[in-house]
Amino acid sequence: MASVLSEGLAVSALLFAIGLVGLLARRNVIMVLVAIEIMLNAAGLAFIVAGARWGQADGQIMFILILALAAAEVSVGLALVLQMDRRHATLDVDALSDLKG
Amino acid sequence: MRDALVLVPALPLAGFLILFLSMGALKRGAVAWIGVGSVGLALVAAVVAATGFWRHGAAPYTQTLYTWLSVAAFVPRVRFYLDGLSLVAMGVVTGVGFLIHLYSAEFMIDDEGYSRFFAYMNLFVAAMLILVLADNLLLLLLGWEGVGLASYLLIGFWYGESLNGLAARKAFIMTRLGDVAFVIGLLVLFNRLGTLNIQDLVRNAQAVWVPGSFWPTLAGALLLGGALGKSAQLPLQTWLPDAMAGPTPVSALIHAATMVTAGVYLVARLHGLYALAPAIERLIAVIGAVTLLLSAFAALVQSDIKRVLAYSTMSQIGYMFLANGVGAWSAAIFHFMIHAFFKALLFLAAGAVIQALHDEHDIGRMGGLRRQMPFTFWSFLIGGAALSAFPFITAGFYSKDLILWDAFASPLGGPAFWAAGLLGAFLTGLYTFRLIIRVFLGPAKSKIGRRPGWLMAVPIGVLALLSVVGGLLNIPSLFGGGAQFTHFLAQVLPAQALRPGVRAIEPDLETAAIGASLGGIFLAFLLFLHAPQWVEKVKSTVAGAALARWWGAGWGFDRLYEGVVARAYAGWARANRDDFVDAGVDGVVEGNRLLHQLLRWTQTGHVRWYAMAIALGAMGWFWLAVLS
Amino acid sequence: MIALWLIVIMLVGGIAAWLVAPLHRHASAWVAIAALATDFALALGLAVGPARTAAVTRIGAFFVNVAFPWIPRFGISFHLAMDGLSLVMILLTLFLGLVSVLVSWREITERIGFFHFNLLWTMAGVLGVFLAVDLFLFAFFWEVMLVPMYFIIALWGHEHRIVAAIKFFIFTQVSGLIMMVAIVGLVLAHWRATGTLTFDYFALLGTPLSRSAATWLMLGFLAAFLVKLPAVPFHTWLPDAHTEAPTAGSVILAGVLLKTGAYGLLRFVFPLFPDAAFRFAPIAMALGVVGILYGAVQAFGQTDLKRLVAYTSVSHLGFVLLGVFAWNELALQGAVTQMIAHGLSTGALFALAGLLQERIHTREMPRMGGFWAMAPRMGAMGLFFAIASLGLPGLGNFIGEFLVLLGAYQANAWLAAIAAFGLVASAAYALLLVQRVFHGPRRPELALPDLAPRELAVLGAMLVFLVWIGVYPQSLVDTVRPAILGMQHLVVSPPLLGRRG
Repeated sequence: MASVLSEGLAVSALLFAIGLVGLLARRNVIMVLVAIEIMLNAAGLAFIVAGARWGQADGQIMFILILALAAAEVSVGLALVLQMDRRHATLDVDALSDLKG
Repeated sequence: MRDALVLVPALPLAGFLILFLSMGALKRGAVAWIGVGSVGLALVAAVVAATGFWRHGAAPYTQTLYTWLSVAAFVPRVRFYLDGLSLVAMGVVTGVGFLIHLYSAEFMIDDEGYSRFFAYMNLFVAAMLILVLADNLLLLLLGWEGVGLASYLLIGFWYGESLNGLAARKAFIMTRLGDVAFVIGLLVLFNRLGTLNIQDLVRNAQAVWVPGSFWPTLAGALLLGGALGKSAQLPLQTWLPDAMAGPTPVSALIHAATMVTAGVYLVARLHGLYALAPAIERLIAVIGAVTLLLSAFAALVQSDIKRVLAYSTMSQIGYMFLANGVGAWSAAIFHFMIHAFFKALLFLAAGAVIQALHDEHDIGRMGGLRRQMPFTFWSFLIGGAALSAFPFITAGFYSKDLILWDAFASPLGGPAFWAAGLLGAFLTGLYTFRLIIRVFLGPAKSKIGRRPGWLMAVPIGVLALLSVVGGLLNIPSLFGGGAQFTHFLAQVLPAQALRPGVRAIEPDLETAAIGASLGGIFLAFLLFLHAPQWVEKVKSTVAGAALARWWGAGWGFDRLYEGVVARAYAGWARANRDDFVDAGVDGVVEGNRLLHQLLRWTQTGHVRWYAMAIALGAMGWFWLAVLS
Repeated sequence: MIALWLIVIMLVGGIAAWLVAPLHRHASAWVAIAALATDFALALGLAVGPARTAAVTRIGAFFVNVAFPWIPRFGISFHLAMDGLSLVMILLTLFLGLVSVLVSWREITERIGFFHFNLLWTMAGVLGVFLAVDLFLFAFFWEVMLVPMYFIIALWGHEHRIVAAIKFFIFTQVSGLIMMVAIVGLVLAHWRATGTLTFDYFALLGTPLSRSAATWLMLGFLAAFLVKLPAVPFHTWLPDAHTEAPTAGSVILAGVLLKTGAYGLLRFVFPLFPDAAFRFAPIAMALGVVGILYGAVQAFGQTDLKRLVAYTSVSHLGFVLLGVFAWNELALQGAVTQMIAHGLSTGALFALAGLLQERIHTREMPRMGGFWAMAPRMGAMGLFFAIASLGLPGLGNFIGEFLVLLGAYQANAWLAAIAAFGLVASAAYALLLVQRVFHGPRRPELALPDLAPRELAVLGAMLVFLVWIGVYPQSLVDTVRPAILGMQHLVVSPPLLGRRG
């Protein structure tokens, strides 16, 4: 069972790293959202694995919470994407820097 | 009857209030009636109070109006004190004040500020009367500052001219500088003696202080500061010649007859305190002697008729200080009174001349007025003779002679003081008759306009009379007189002890005094009438011209004060207009702004940059928390 | 209850003034006058009634005392009390409030309702400060008076109003926060010592404190009060705020808000931390003397009329600081008298500056001169208030300054002697003001209508009060005396405290 834990966590870490790299490397805002989704799921996987390891339901509850969060995040994110397209006619995150200090 | 005392300052104050509140709405006739009438009634009240005072055997009388303030042990009252000394001062202020008001009613008639003028003049008289009648030093300070204010307002009366404003401010600020010392003196006195009531204070001082010890010396010196400023004595004297910017009646009343002699009055009033401070007495005598000489020399070379009189006023007050300094209090007060008569006379006559010549002040452009204005000439001559102490017939002779005698004979005096006074008397004759010769003798140089009407003539005539007969009040025993004035004041101002053996040489001293005065007058005729080329010759040499310039500028004190002190003050104030403390506050602001600039580059506005920062930060914390 | 009513009338009056604004151009002003006059009448009733018979007890001489529980869990109550000192301060506040409304009659043309709302709420805050005897409540009112004042400066001020308003806000807010920390510190110290958690002033009196704790807590209180007073070197918000504020703002700032600092020193710093305050006294007195002279010199150098008057406040309040820290009856009476007289004389000078600006649209003195010929009434008033502020005997300021000097001399002779030189410096700036504005050659190019009856009445009332205080100060002195004796009693007698060294 120990290997499930370490392998599961390794996958989770890998997923997280992929998501992070995606987040940092991609300029298309939709791909950024996808990368964030991957990272959230990486965190969720870690909870599942940990829950399985301890035989507790807490991990799965946390995963459901993350799912809900992710859904909310995607809906807000997609709305922002639409606004971005409408106002600036671009999906490049680097094009937007109105909050520069 | 003595209760009329309160009316003496109250009536002019009421006159001021009426004129002030009417805000120029009254007609000239009404203004003159109120302005002159209030002082006239004050004179009547003063006479009534004085009569009551005599009836009660000349015993000191106090009249309490109310308690001004009562905090802890500090309980100054609004209370008037009438004794021989304040009686004399009250008489001079109301009497001479009334005459000058009468004169002004005509002199100022064409001025658009007629009502304002009388309002200020009444305010002055009220404040001056409070000053002389006050029974405590705080009330005295009220009058003291009140006359300073009135003086400021009247010097700057013609406010359209900026120079008048400057002269007015100079007068106020320089006298206020003396008043600072005066106020500190009050703090010392109250703290040491527990009261500011003059009689109690002197009594307490004599009870607890050893003559010549530190506290009376300090207190005496501090109060002297106020007296020096008010009376235009060294080193606070420079404001007086400039104060001549005011209308001539103002110069007569404030800057000759009454206010400038307030310092003399103060020292005499507190003579019991000064008796405990012999060092300060000596200082007073020295200051008086030096001032009388310096200003006599300065008067010699002035070309403005009023400035000659101003310097002569300083010089005569120098005599009074000399008298106070040698302990001849009553001699100082006698000269104070006689000086008020003849100097007011001189100023009023000079005013008539100035008005007749269409506001001409330069004696170089006057001349030969003897025939055109005979009345003014004879009055001015009487005043000038009194000023020069012309022997026997003028009052000025008796008053100045008394000071010279005391300067020699008093235990505090000595030959040096006497010699200074004698030289001063000689110079007085010289500059006075220089003035008379330049203005009234010689060829006529201009047509005259208005001659004085009776409202101006009567005061001049009365003052001329007083300048002659005033001396009868105090003819010394050497000339067969009874010295009544001195005896009258002896209750308040103790008679002076004499140095042993001086009585024997009194006739010699008198002869010398007469000689000095006549010598000065004679030299004036010689130099300025018969052989003016000699003066011109001296003036044309380099040294002579330089000396004339130096004296003409009042020995250069102005240059020192205005060029150094006033300029430094104003310069610093201007340079620091934006307040260097605020620069410190701005420094904090600037520091924050710098910090802001430093941190600003982290805010790129790029989301991915922030994500990177978050990731790196998280890793950093992870590193710190778990791996280290 | 009357203490509460005083504040409530201001708060309700403010809202009413805002609401009635659309009805008529002067509707808000009338409502404000009605509210202020009602309050003034109530306070005057106290002055001729209970204040006369106030007895000095162990805790002071309070004759109005009202308390409601507010946040009992933390020992905070809505506790108001009034003694003679609060009363004269309140009378001054309400009088100057009326003055402010009347001098803003024509000056304020935009958002009139909101203006009067802010004015009355500032008044409410100030009244609260003068009445609160719960430290939390005090700090609360301290903030309440700040915010509407900020709006008055920022919305109706002159050219650089925003900067000035922010500067004012930050200075006051930061120093107020330091005071709040000190209040909490004091309350916790009291809690630790006695086990009761309370913000009540009377309970906190005599809290045992270590020497260093007392010093630090006192410095926290001082921060707020010295900034507000203001003492050099914390004064630089004042010239900016006073100059940029509208006339009413300047009058209230100078006449009233500065006094809250002095009031705080009297009411809190000495009674709560007597030993620390006495240890600090020489420094504070020296700051006062520096303020007297520095303010006067600075005033002399200004060309902006309102800035000049603003710096005279620094100078006059220096006397107050000197007097408060001398802490004897003479000096305290002098400080209180000086506060009242300064409120009137400086308030009037600001009012005059405002009336001038309304007429000629400038505050720069080099562009003025010769106004006496055009507007003699205004000239006479200007002259009067200028000589009042140079401390002419017979007017209020002199009584204050002289009593302060007398008292300060007993505490520290040298400082009193140096402070006396303020008399010359004040003469220099006051006469310069008169010269530059009213004297000098005529300026025919400027049209300058003289004072209207309304303006003349306002200034005339201030003139009468100043003469009254100068000629018969005893009425003021008698009202304040029990309060001062009470405070002195608090400071000297508690058994835990050592006597003054």
